[in-house]
Amino acid sequence: MVPRPFRVQQIRHETHDTFTLELEPAKGSEVFLFKAGQFNMLYVFGVGEIPISISSDPTNPRVLMHTTREVGVVTKAMGKLRRGDVIGVRGPYGSPWPVEQADGSDVVIVAGGIGLAPLRSALYQMLAHRQRYEKIVLLYGTRTPNDILYRRELQRWRAQFDLEVHITVDRAMSGWRGNVGVVTSLIPRAPFDARNAVALVCGPEIMMRFTVLELQRRGVPPSNIYISMERNMKCGVGVCGHCQFGPCFVCRDGPVFRYDTVQHLFERREI
Amino acid sequence: MRTLETVLAEHPFFQGLEKRHLEVITGCASNATFDEGQFIFREGEEANHFYLIRQGRVALEVHAGGVGTITIQTLDAGDILGWSWLVPPYRWHFDARAVEPTRAIVLDGECLRRKCEDDHDLGYELLKRFAEIITQRLQATRLQLLDVYATRG
Repeated sequence: MVPRPFRVQQIRHETHDTFTLELEPAKGSEVFLFKAGQFNMLYVFGVGEIPISISSDPTNPRVLMHTTREVGVVTKAMGKLRRGDVIGVRGPYGSPWPVEQADGSDVVIVAGGIGLAPLRSALYQMLAHRQRYEKIVLLYGTRTPNDILYRRELQRWRAQFDLEVHITVDRAMSGWRGNVGVVTSLIPRAPFDARNAVALVCGPEIMMRFTVLELQRRGVPPSNIYISMERNMKCGVGVCGHCQFGPCFVCRDGPVFRYDTVQHLFERREI
Repeated sequence: MRTLETVLAEHPFFQGLEKRHLEVITGCASNATFDEGQFIFREGEEANHFYLIRQGRVALEVHAGGVGTITIQTLDAGDILGWSWLVPPYRWHFDARAVEPTRAIVLDGECLRRKCEDDHDLGYELLKRFAEIITQRLQATRLQLLDVYATRG
């Protein structure tokens, strides 16, 4: 529960309002082991503490990255940090993506907006063990072309023969040559075998609801769909109750849930 | 070489149609190609065709005055382009422009409207199929309007 000091190595601005914080342990050369999909509580001293998904490669635990949007007091303060500044890190917390359980299956990753950040970790891990999976397909939707995260990596991944990457934006000016339309519109034609596919979905809750419907229409069973939920997490260890989601605490039982285990909660506006 | 009838029969949009209906539709169909940047139709023009895109990408665009030209949707191989031929006043509401070199099957909407008036079974089959596409696009448009990725806070 006590934050460990980590030093800022680099802050990379991904878009006009998002950045990636690259951290290393402030003391010694400890490695930070985590699983794809987990999050940390990041503490900007004197400002506050917030949960942020880990977006780096779990197979390279010497580098710890978090991508976030400058939207609140803490993230705005975080965006002003400089190389060498120290912040507190508690974690890793929460349930991971089912990267091992997807062995032998097609994997379809559906990301919306900043939701690509926790899925990047899963993608790194799967690409590090590429032979374990059949097809891997990334479907990524953002608001406009200027909101696309991780541009260099996406370009590199698009050039790979063992990974299908499809990007779409909700709106664009006429100079954009890519897809325009919601991310769900990519699902019907995406090249994966629905009967033997595991789907990992992360993005705004409305986007995930429509995505799950489209995946099921395509034939992916609810038990093969995983979603990453976002709630107001405070303690990170299932004590304070801020992130209660029906009988679950998102910080402890999630953030990654198998869809069929939360389906009855997901569709209710009261929860 | 695959005939137009074969291509149409294999397309999901026409799957399940009776052979006699498929023959009628084939009689109203022809091949077309569009260069990159070429307009397929323009807003306000008479809508007397629809298109089955076989290859390439088409952008549906609207010119928004000083803002410039906004792409509201793109359509790719396998997609159906255009339903204004089916509904009065038979005018296009957007521009359609080939973003890449595009091959399509063009279906003559005037010809099909006449055939549908003569054979209501054909009309019903076509309307059912278009209703599904219109519903999908309406849902997608609603999701787009929600602007789910906007910063809130």
